[in-house]
Amino acid sequence: MTDEKKVDGPAEAVEQPAVEQSPENVPAPTGEVRKIGERHGMFGVTGTGDTSGYGGLVAPVVYPAATERPYGGWFDIVADGLDPLIESVVIHRGEITFHIAPDNLVAAAKLLRDDPSLRFELCAGVSGVHYPGDTGRELHAVYSFLSMTYNRRIRVEVSVPDADPHLPSLCGVYPAVDWHEREAFDMFGLVFDGHPALTRILMPDDWPGHPQRKDYPLGGIPVEYKGGTIPPPDQRRSYS
Amino acid sequence: MVSTSSTSHEDVYAGSSETRDARADRVFTVSGQDWDEIASGLKDENDGDGGDAYERIVVNMGPQHPSTHGVLRLILELEGETVTEARCGIGYLHTGIEKNMEYRSWVQGTTFCTRMDYLSPFFNEMTYALGVERLLGIEDGPDGVPEKAQVMRVLLMELNRISSHLVCIATGGMEIGALTVMTIGFRERELVLDLFELITGLRMNHAFIRPGGVAQDLPVGALEEIRGFVALMKKRLPEYAALCNANPIFKARLEGVGHLDLEGCLALGLTGPVLRSTGYPWDLRKTSPYSGYETYDFDVQTWDTSDSYGRFRVRLNEMWESLKIIEQAADRLARMEGEPVMIADKKIAWPSQLAIGSDGMGNSLDHIRTIMGESMEALIHHFKLVTEGFRVPPGQAYVPVESPRGELGAHVVSDGGTRPFRAHFRDPSFNNLQAMGVMSEGSMIADVIVAIASIDPVMGGVDR
Repeated sequence: MTDEKKVDGPAEAVEQPAVEQSPENVPAPTGEVRKIGERHGMFGVTGTGDTSGYGGLVAPVVYPAATERPYGGWFDIVADGLDPLIESVVIHRGEITFHIAPDNLVAAAKLLRDDPSLRFELCAGVSGVHYPGDTGRELHAVYSFLSMTYNRRIRVEVSVPDADPHLPSLCGVYPAVDWHEREAFDMFGLVFDGHPALTRILMPDDWPGHPQRKDYPLGGIPVEYKGGTIPPPDQRRSYS
Repeated sequence: MVSTSSTSHEDVYAGSSETRDARADRVFTVSGQDWDEIASGLKDENDGDGGDAYERIVVNMGPQHPSTHGVLRLILELEGETVTEARCGIGYLHTGIEKNMEYRSWVQGTTFCTRMDYLSPFFNEMTYALGVERLLGIEDGPDGVPEKAQVMRVLLMELNRISSHLVCIATGGMEIGALTVMTIGFRERELVLDLFELITGLRMNHAFIRPGGVAQDLPVGALEEIRGFVALMKKRLPEYAALCNANPIFKARLEGVGHLDLEGCLALGLTGPVLRSTGYPWDLRKTSPYSGYETYDFDVQTWDTSDSYGRFRVRLNEMWESLKIIEQAADRLARMEGEPVMIADKKIAWPSQLAIGSDGMGNSLDHIRTIMGESMEALIHHFKLVTEGFRVPPGQAYVPVESPRGELGAHVVSDGGTRPFRAHFRDPSFNNLQAMGVMSEGSMIADVIVAIASIDPVMGGVDR
């Protein structure tokens, strides 16, 4: 490496190839890492009780970062087919997630369904996720697509801000998502524009709020048992 | 009693303003009397000429109707006995399980999700456990879920598939008046539930398949019981075939009813026996095997009629295939005596096993002696794992399994904490029930019942 060391050690053996000489040894650049929350203390407890001395610890909550090409295997084929519509791609634990902007969702779904190299015949549904800490993209709609022809499964994730929770409905492309979209609306307040009848499906029609959002309390009452009182689950000591 | 919105008998749930349109400008609320009376009453209301309302009636069937397969509300628009439009009203069994899981540890989540689709609890547990295991990175490999746990999971799931299909066939038979099918179906299901009770301690709500393995080892004598059950089922299953397969009344009620072809199935996202009744051999156990299904010898059962009868035959044949898998799993378990059923990683595995005491099954006294008398560290570890739980790395996973009703998958999201950040279950009943309208519009009311029975929705899974 350096000239001084070269005197003592073997002449060529310690020479480390430079980045330019062997680009294959350079770690792939990772995508943007987004912090979407914070974890405080050693055990996640709030209020009193963290006597470990690590009560001031602040750790970011970070989800798997975007992956760079090549993705490997059939992932690249699907990514090629969707290419201009993709925001970013995350590969984690062998599952591929395509992040797609709301405006491109319907075009992407049509491609996924109709393109001969993609052929995702089945949409398994949409699941809403509420990330209160992901500022500007609090509400995520997560679709799972299945190609029976090629036996592939992908995930498509669309994020919208809490202040404007509108995204296009996929009902026209995949009629199967009808009830799934109604459920996501019911539970998260995601508004699927173009859905033929976006009404509540599980909760009563006049229910206030969207129960599975993180800012919606779980509810419950304290329960007395053998002289002790157990608070409702969301008020118990929590370690998360 | 026939009343219109113009009288004082206002229906608070269906005010006239909500339903007013060109065709129907009045709401009639009818509560149980002779049909002639209703029809003549409607005639009177329409100034004697009958009008639209005389022919066109909307009936709410359920949510407490005995043949709607649970608390399912069917909204049927009728013309005589013919259904012109059919819609479902669901949500009567919504229990907020997904929300509740966010306030419990990862292991406790099993206890909740097992209660969703109460006829196939092991599949709910399985897809959740697979999702958590994928996030933990312990799906397979030497440090992953042990082989014996995988075999026990397969064994329990296939037993569960039999019990679930039996209930489907039994209740489906009951709803069309074939009561013997119901009695023998529940008779055999009891045998499966007895096996569940022997292995897990409970007939339902087992919480037995947990992230990292299964809760307990097989009890002594379980394999003999299972082999006895398989031998008995091989005698009993032909009874269903003899009772139903060529029964002219049964066939007349089922054949051609609830028709849905392959295109319809894929557009509406239907999987499971409904999809296989179109002749397409799609089964996640074959196409994306989990728990070592690829090492078992079994066939995917299909039928080519796309109707209720085909779905009945698919289910009947699938029970035979399940018996084949159970036999193979039992043979493997016989060679695995004493092997671990929980992952070796002590940071994930529940620290104590239950043990048989003089008063039944309970805490293992050996374990209590260790943590209370011998090892302070073991006590701390036990306390931490039980109260706090283990942490799961941030990310999301979706590992679907082939439940008796189709693709059941848990979308599991972790933020790196000790609790699920979000657990969403893609329940096949929920999805498949969307096809009710397509299957039954244009048919008789009696065929609606058959069509729904052939979808086999379980409302606990639909509403969650």
